[in-house]
Amino acid sequence: MKISMENIHKAFGTNQVLEGVDMEIKDGEVHALMGENGAGKSTLMKILTGLHQKDEGTFTIDGEEKTFANPKEAEQFGIAFIHQELNVWPDLTVLENLFINKEPVTKFGLIQTKKMKAIANEQFEKLAVSIPLHKEAGECSVGEQQMIEIAKALMTDAKVIIMDEPSAALTDREIEKLFDVIRSLKASGVSIVYISHRMEEIFTICDRITVMRDGHTVDTTPIPETSFDDVVRKMVGRELTDRFPERTPDSGEAVLEVKGLGRKGVFQDVNFNARAGEIVGVAGLMGAGRTEIMRTLFGLDGKYDGEIFVNGQKVDVKNPSQAVKLGLGFITEDRKGEGLVLDFPIKDNIALPSLRSFTKNSLIQEKEEQEFVDLLIKRLTVKTESSKTEAKNLSGGNQQKVVIAKWIGIGPKVLILDEPTRGVDVGAKREIYQLMNELTDRGVAIIMVSSELPEVLGMSDRVLVVHEGTIAGELNREEADQEKIMTLATGGQVNG
Amino acid sequence: MDSAIKGAKQVGNITQKLGPFVGLLALIVVVSIFNSSFLEPLNLLNLLRQVAINALIAYGMTFVILTGGIDLSVGSVLALSSALMAGMMVSGLDPILAIIIGCLLGAVMGAVNGLLITKGKMAPFIATLATMTMFRGLTLVYTDGNPITGLGDSYAFQLFGRGYFLGIPVPAITMFLAFAVLWVILHKTPFGRKTYAIGGNEKAALISGINVSRVKVMVYSLAGLLSALAGAILVSRLDSAQPTAGEAYELDAIAAVVLGGTSLSGGRGLIIGTLIGALIIGTLNNGLNLLGVSSFFQMVVKGVVIIIAVLIDRKKAA
Repeated sequence: MKISMENIHKAFGTNQVLEGVDMEIKDGEVHALMGENGAGKSTLMKILTGLHQKDEGTFTIDGEEKTFANPKEAEQFGIAFIHQELNVWPDLTVLENLFINKEPVTKFGLIQTKKMKAIANEQFEKLAVSIPLHKEAGECSVGEQQMIEIAKALMTDAKVIIMDEPSAALTDREIEKLFDVIRSLKASGVSIVYISHRMEEIFTICDRITVMRDGHTVDTTPIPETSFDDVVRKMVGRELTDRFPERTPDSGEAVLEVKGLGRKGVFQDVNFNARAGEIVGVAGLMGAGRTEIMRTLFGLDGKYDGEIFVNGQKVDVKNPSQAVKLGLGFITEDRKGEGLVLDFPIKDNIALPSLRSFTKNSLIQEKEEQEFVDLLIKRLTVKTESSKTEAKNLSGGNQQKVVIAKWIGIGPKVLILDEPTRGVDVGAKREIYQLMNELTDRGVAIIMVSSELPEVLGMSDRVLVVHEGTIAGELNREEADQEKIMTLATGGQVNG
Repeated sequence: MDSAIKGAKQVGNITQKLGPFVGLLALIVVVSIFNSSFLEPLNLLNLLRQVAINALIAYGMTFVILTGGIDLSVGSVLALSSALMAGMMVSGLDPILAIIIGCLLGAVMGAVNGLLITKGKMAPFIATLATMTMFRGLTLVYTDGNPITGLGDSYAFQLFGRGYFLGIPVPAITMFLAFAVLWVILHKTPFGRKTYAIGGNEKAALISGINVSRVKVMVYSLAGLLSALAGAILVSRLDSAQPTAGEAYELDAIAAVVLGGTSLSGGRGLIIGTLIGALIIGTLNNGLNLLGVSSFFQMVVKGVVIIIAVLIDRKKAA
């Protein structure tokens, strides 16, 4: 089956995600799809599998124009999608998972377990996997769950299988096995679209590679004709615009220092510091462990290995309440889920971490609270008629300003910002950057986790690159560029 | 156009707050049309005294529900703490001191709930379902299944459940005083603000540095304390502690909270609503009695009223 997509456009509201993407998938090839977070890979694959519909462009299968209204249609046509988050039902057995919603039944409507077992065994044999069919899927390793998904895809007679980050949670041995399966699928004429951030894997298993950037296809090349560096260059090759206000870094003593920080199976041996008045950028791919490191630092995930020092003093951060007392603030990547009480007025949200500072005789001094809040609203230019407006009624940018206001209110020593400008429009972005500069001018240390490379480069005085749960490298402002960051983030080496 | 929407929204907000009050007034009008003796001062004072126990329990339940939790054990806490109070009185302890200690023990029982929910990471429904059974069992063990009587004839103790002050039943005064104190706690202290924040978004509350576990333990302790206080009124009124006291009281308390417009998912609600909710239930009981409706049928009516109230609330929210 030959799939060809040309000039595909797709917008969500005013957000143009795909602006002319071309991709062609040949019979029996393993085709890599690469690009930075947000380049549009997932959207393209969702259009291919009927989850979204294209706005413009042509999509043909074996020369015939096609549109899938829903994933079921795509599946019937032989296109299967194995999502990054595996869709197993943990409380059902492997067998039940394989046949969910497709159970063969007798004419009385009873499930034919024997028949299911026979089909499942045959399929597992082909894949050379041996998972007990009666095991609960939740007890299977992630690798086994992956195999269940692959078997499920093959049972639908898939001719094209899209694998989104299939190796993200697999051990090396499981990856080897996955590659064996991919090779045998390829030999039987099945095409694979392989989405991954891991360069080594792509160069091991894939035949061709398509690189996407900012909603466009950069190009498609056969693997032997390209190189690591070449691919990285294509992924990031965009100009830095002057979206960022001028920064005059002036850093002092280390306010926060982390030595050998680790959490079993999540990240390990993380060492870094943040100095007063400095912005430390933390780059890395999704799932590399950046957010997890920050959550641990803020006491959100309980026990950890290693040591944390604030102002040179060793501290034990057991919970966020302690972290706040130590002068840490945390602006999470999930503004609505973790940053705000959406039903609360702006006032109560801003005051929440600082309640203590205007409480006298156990009572909240409402006048002081109001003055405090009004000052912050003004300083951060939150666009609202009243501090009584509920947070849920604000735009994304204004919500983010409220979250930042609430942390400025505690007078933080260290402010951790996780994806500070996600879902924020360009104007508000610049205001947030300006605010970060103001804070560092007053001696606050900022740690900024971001998936937007231009932001990391534009704002950071130093860049830490996280790869697979550890800090793969540190770059200072002068030496940092997109290629070096991407190389470190994908497991490569940077010299000098 | 914009201001029209805003105006409509404001009216919506006001009716949201006044909704329970309007409901109560309507109910009073209906009942007094059918039976004018409802409005006689003696009956109204009697009604307030009847309402006091449920109102006190429901205040505590309001805090619990505002955090997004539930407390099914309040009736059993009432029974166990009042049995312990009566036991202390029988053994010669000063009745007022016995009541104070009993209330503190009620708070401890509530703290057990809080610890099971926070440290034990149990769902509030399950944790308090278990302690409901457990505390009831302990009451039966302690009392051997018999009422505890012979509580002495301390005037202050008798006053607590049966007396009048300036012509108003003392339980009603306790109910209003407790309301005033709790209103201040809920609306004017950091503890109250944190209670709302936890129910509104527990993760955001945690990340804002709120010690969520501690606040929750305090909230359940408060619920336990108020249940014990209600128990003290009951002991005084009956001049005895009954092992089966407080059975199904949790349902009336939850009903009062819900009728008062507090959201069961937490974060939204007012304690004034709960007081009104308790008064609605009291008026229904009292009114239906006056109208001679059988107690069996009264239950049906109460259920219907709750359903109607929630349906109206839903409509408003939509």
